[in-house]
Amino acid sequence: MIVDDDVDYLFQMREGVKDMGFDVITAGTQKEAEDIIERTRPDLAILDLMMENQDTGFILSHKIKSKHPDVPVIIVSAVTAETGMLFDVTTEEERDWIKADLFLDKGIRNDQLHKEIKKLLKI
Amino acid sequence: MEKLKLLVVDDEPGIRSGVERILENHTVSFPFMDEDYGFDVDVAETGEEALKIIKSKPLDIILLDNKLPGIQGVEVLEYINQQQIDVVVVMITSYASLELAVKATRKGAYDFVPKPFTPKELRASVETITKQLFLRKMTQKLNTEGRQVRFQFLSVLSHELKSPLNAVEGYLRMMQEKKYGEHITEYMEIIDRSLNRVQGMRNLIMDMLDFTRIESGKKQRKIEPQNLCEISQHCIDSFQPLAIQKDVDVYLNCSEKITMDADRQELEIICNNLISNAIKYNVKGGRVDVNLNKEEDKILLSVQDTGIGMEEEDTKSLFEDFVRIKSEQTKGISGSGLGLSIVKKILDLYDANISVDSTPGEGTSFTVEFSQ
Repeated sequence: MIVDDDVDYLFQMREGVKDMGFDVITAGTQKEAEDIIERTRPDLAILDLMMENQDTGFILSHKIKSKHPDVPVIIVSAVTAETGMLFDVTTEEERDWIKADLFLDKGIRNDQLHKEIKKLLKI
Repeated sequence: MEKLKLLVVDDEPGIRSGVERILENHTVSFPFMDEDYGFDVDVAETGEEALKIIKSKPLDIILLDNKLPGIQGVEVLEYINQQQIDVVVVMITSYASLELAVKATRKGAYDFVPKPFTPKELRASVETITKQLFLRKMTQKLNTEGRQVRFQFLSVLSHELKSPLNAVEGYLRMMQEKKYGEHITEYMEIIDRSLNRVQGMRNLIMDMLDFTRIESGKKQRKIEPQNLCEISQHCIDSFQPLAIQKDVDVYLNCSEKITMDADRQELEIICNNLISNAIKYNVKGGRVDVNLNKEEDKILLSVQDTGIGMEEEDTKSLFEDFVRIKSEQTKGISGSGLGLSIVKKILDLYDANISVDSTPGEGTSFTVEFSQ
């Protein structure tokens, strides 16, 4: 499952991950993603961090992990000053429930991403 | 040429010599910078050695490996933070785990470079930082001159500019890899999308220029009697192509000639933003009414649409920088998030008020009140 509110980035990720040989379901909003989580169990989720809210990725990650604890979650974002700001407002307790398995930069190349996915899926 | 002092902290000799070699003769230049930047590279094998260098001289950039034989990279970062040393720290990591990302960003790390990296990746990362350092210097300079350029503004701006760049870059890569074969016709859609994103970026930059000119008080103002009906009509005309494309009718309701002393360009920015929003966030077959009325001691300009509307809660943050209402209905609509904050800033110059009244699914109306 790939979740991102940037239609172009979502499209490119979908194409890239499809080329790796996976079936892909996509969501462009938090709501859509939540519906998918309710209906199905993806084998892996790639979530954009900043969508409707600055921490949509964390919220979704938490929801996935509470429903399907063994589904690996990757959070992608532009890890720069703007996330620095974001982490600053995150308290200790809030960070306790961030259960993502991996945190990646949005500029990641497809081959690197493929490697990380395989590692998480142990294939 | 200005030289930035860079320190590489890594226990792998290959990384240290690699960085030295890659950056030795590399210079960074941007159109908006007065001069080029080069790099003086220092190396340290351990965290302890790094601390010694950090204490002995000022540095601009530190490339810091986390896994070191003695004290860890994060601890070096902690020291820098405690001593409030002004330096940009980039973590070099074999992969950025969330834990480390959280820990390091909380401690003030600026970026990550995944290991192993290509010379191109390292240069790209260093170029971003150089730009950041330049902007930081400019900000300090502007602040001492008494102008407020906010760091947060710049960070959000860089995020907003980076998204379209990522998108266009991704599409160019797909073309480079000839993902859909040899024929250019197969690529028309992604070319259109790329152009669309470039246009969005251009709009953002134009908005930003308006914005900074108003913020810094640098904009040349020419206060003269202005015909509001004529200006409104002019703005409506310029958005006619968009209105046709969105199947929205725009009407001007102006029964008498209304004039006020103002800067024409500023009034145009206000009308343009309100009218384009009313068209953009409308529905197929919808309408927009631009109403101009004169009361005893005030002039009222209202722009009313039959569009998607918004919740009352959303109307509160509407005039802040970079605020965009994100919902199912707005996801395909591009915007910089600066338009209404520009409008608000201009209206402040006139001591004018703006109010908003909106019902989800029915429409929104913005009313500007100029007191005479």
